[in-house]
Amino acid sequence: MSVQTLDVMSSGPNEHGYRSFSLGEVTFSRDEYFVYVKWPTGRHVMSADAFLRSLQRDVAWEFFYGIVNFDGVIGTVNHYGTVDLFAGRYNDAYRKAELDHVENFPTPRIKGTFAAMLDDWTSATFDPFASPHETGTAFGPKAGSNTAAVTRRRVTAKRMVGVPGDEPLRSDATGHPINRHFLDVPQDEPTILAEPGFEGQVCAFSLFAYLSRSNVTWNPSVVSVCKNSLYCPTTEEYILPIIHGNDRVEWFVQLSDEIYWDVEDRDTGAVRAKVVMKPGDVAAMPADIRHQGYSPKRAMLLVWENGSPDIPALIASGKAPTNPVSF
Amino acid sequence: MTKYVTRFGSLEHYAKGGVEIIDDDPKRYTFSNMFEVAARSKPYEKVAVGKNMQYVLEVLRAEGTSEWRAAAHDEFALVMDGEVEVRLLKLADPSVVPPGKEGSIRLRAEPTGRKMGLVRARRGHLTLLPAGAAYQFHADRPGVILLQTIAGDDTQYRWAEICQTM
Repeated sequence: MSVQTLDVMSSGPNEHGYRSFSLGEVTFSRDEYFVYVKWPTGRHVMSADAFLRSLQRDVAWEFFYGIVNFDGVIGTVNHYGTVDLFAGRYNDAYRKAELDHVENFPTPRIKGTFAAMLDDWTSATFDPFASPHETGTAFGPKAGSNTAAVTRRRVTAKRMVGVPGDEPLRSDATGHPINRHFLDVPQDEPTILAEPGFEGQVCAFSLFAYLSRSNVTWNPSVVSVCKNSLYCPTTEEYILPIIHGNDRVEWFVQLSDEIYWDVEDRDTGAVRAKVVMKPGDVAAMPADIRHQGYSPKRAMLLVWENGSPDIPALIASGKAPTNPVSF
Repeated sequence: MTKYVTRFGSLEHYAKGGVEIIDDDPKRYTFSNMFEVAARSKPYEKVAVGKNMQYVLEVLRAEGTSEWRAAAHDEFALVMDGEVEVRLLKLADPSVVPPGKEGSIRLRAEPTGRKMGLVRARRGHLTLLPAGAAYQFHADRPGVILLQTIAGDDTQYRWAEICQTM
């Protein structure tokens, strides 16, 4: 049986209970342990849990800034209106063997298919945003669904979290208990003394307490906005499920604990550097690299982005450098 | 049950990580540590530790009382160490900050206007410095502020001094 809804092409459930999906010439299917991706010149296998963690970020982030590599073979490139789905495009060996494949889709079409796949392939006990220690298994035959988890709303403050009318603070009452790794993080809020007439205009909140109550990992959320300058802090535990290929300079500020980064050439995957970040460290990720992080203990990381839509074109045309600064 | 310890940095206790180069130039990573920068700064110097086009992250050593400043756009002060009092004042004459001016400007003296209030912020607290309001910091003991803003006339660039180069 074949099913088509809103440009989502899928089959009926296989013997494991999962539907298969197709996007152009690329097909996706899964069984109890693995996801199988096929394109006209190749095929690829990924562990189901790693695939779903990557797929979750790609869907929730609207394909993010630049390239979301699910691993060294498959992934997406955001063109902000359309999205490339690729296999082997950013892998030197696939490129040289001419086995790579790229197809471009309108964003709503690929997002619709990815969202449907994520929902169908995520069982009731698995949360792709959670750390491995805080979720059930992604494996086995289909067993229910976890739509609430895979359709979480991403926090995107318009001005600052806690400002009246903007994103609310987190608390036990909002369903955000303090994470087990952050039980020692002080929960005191700043003292605010507003003069009469300025209530609601004098605003501050505890970012660290807010982050200690995050129930997701590797999921930058916007907490403050200075024009296109976006503070996107996130809590990190275990491994960044994707390898993020930059289309602009991105900055990391280590707020707590420690994260290790592998940095590779964005287009070929050749190793360039390893970065160790400790509390207070600040580092740029240049616009021509890709990176993946490892966090042994849940850590607070401030990801700082310039959200200007003009940057990818400026960098591609050589009008803006791939380096953050020259000195 | 494992007892987890969350590690933050401070002026007194910080340890830098670093960039291990395989095939690249370390300067491209612009790697620094804000506590080290603040430890070497004069009070309230605005030292850039991050720059993305016109936007900057500035580190300020909070110590004593700062000058009054104001910007035509919102800024955000994250206290990373110590306790900082943030005093806010609604400018009687908003034109002292030219519309469209990027970054904050120094005000020559205590500006005239209505007091909006104050915030006592400690480590991890993020305070909005609203567009069109003047602000002043005060810290009894040395602390560290990370400021989300736009590069301005008083932004200090010391990349060669603060960043890993080898």
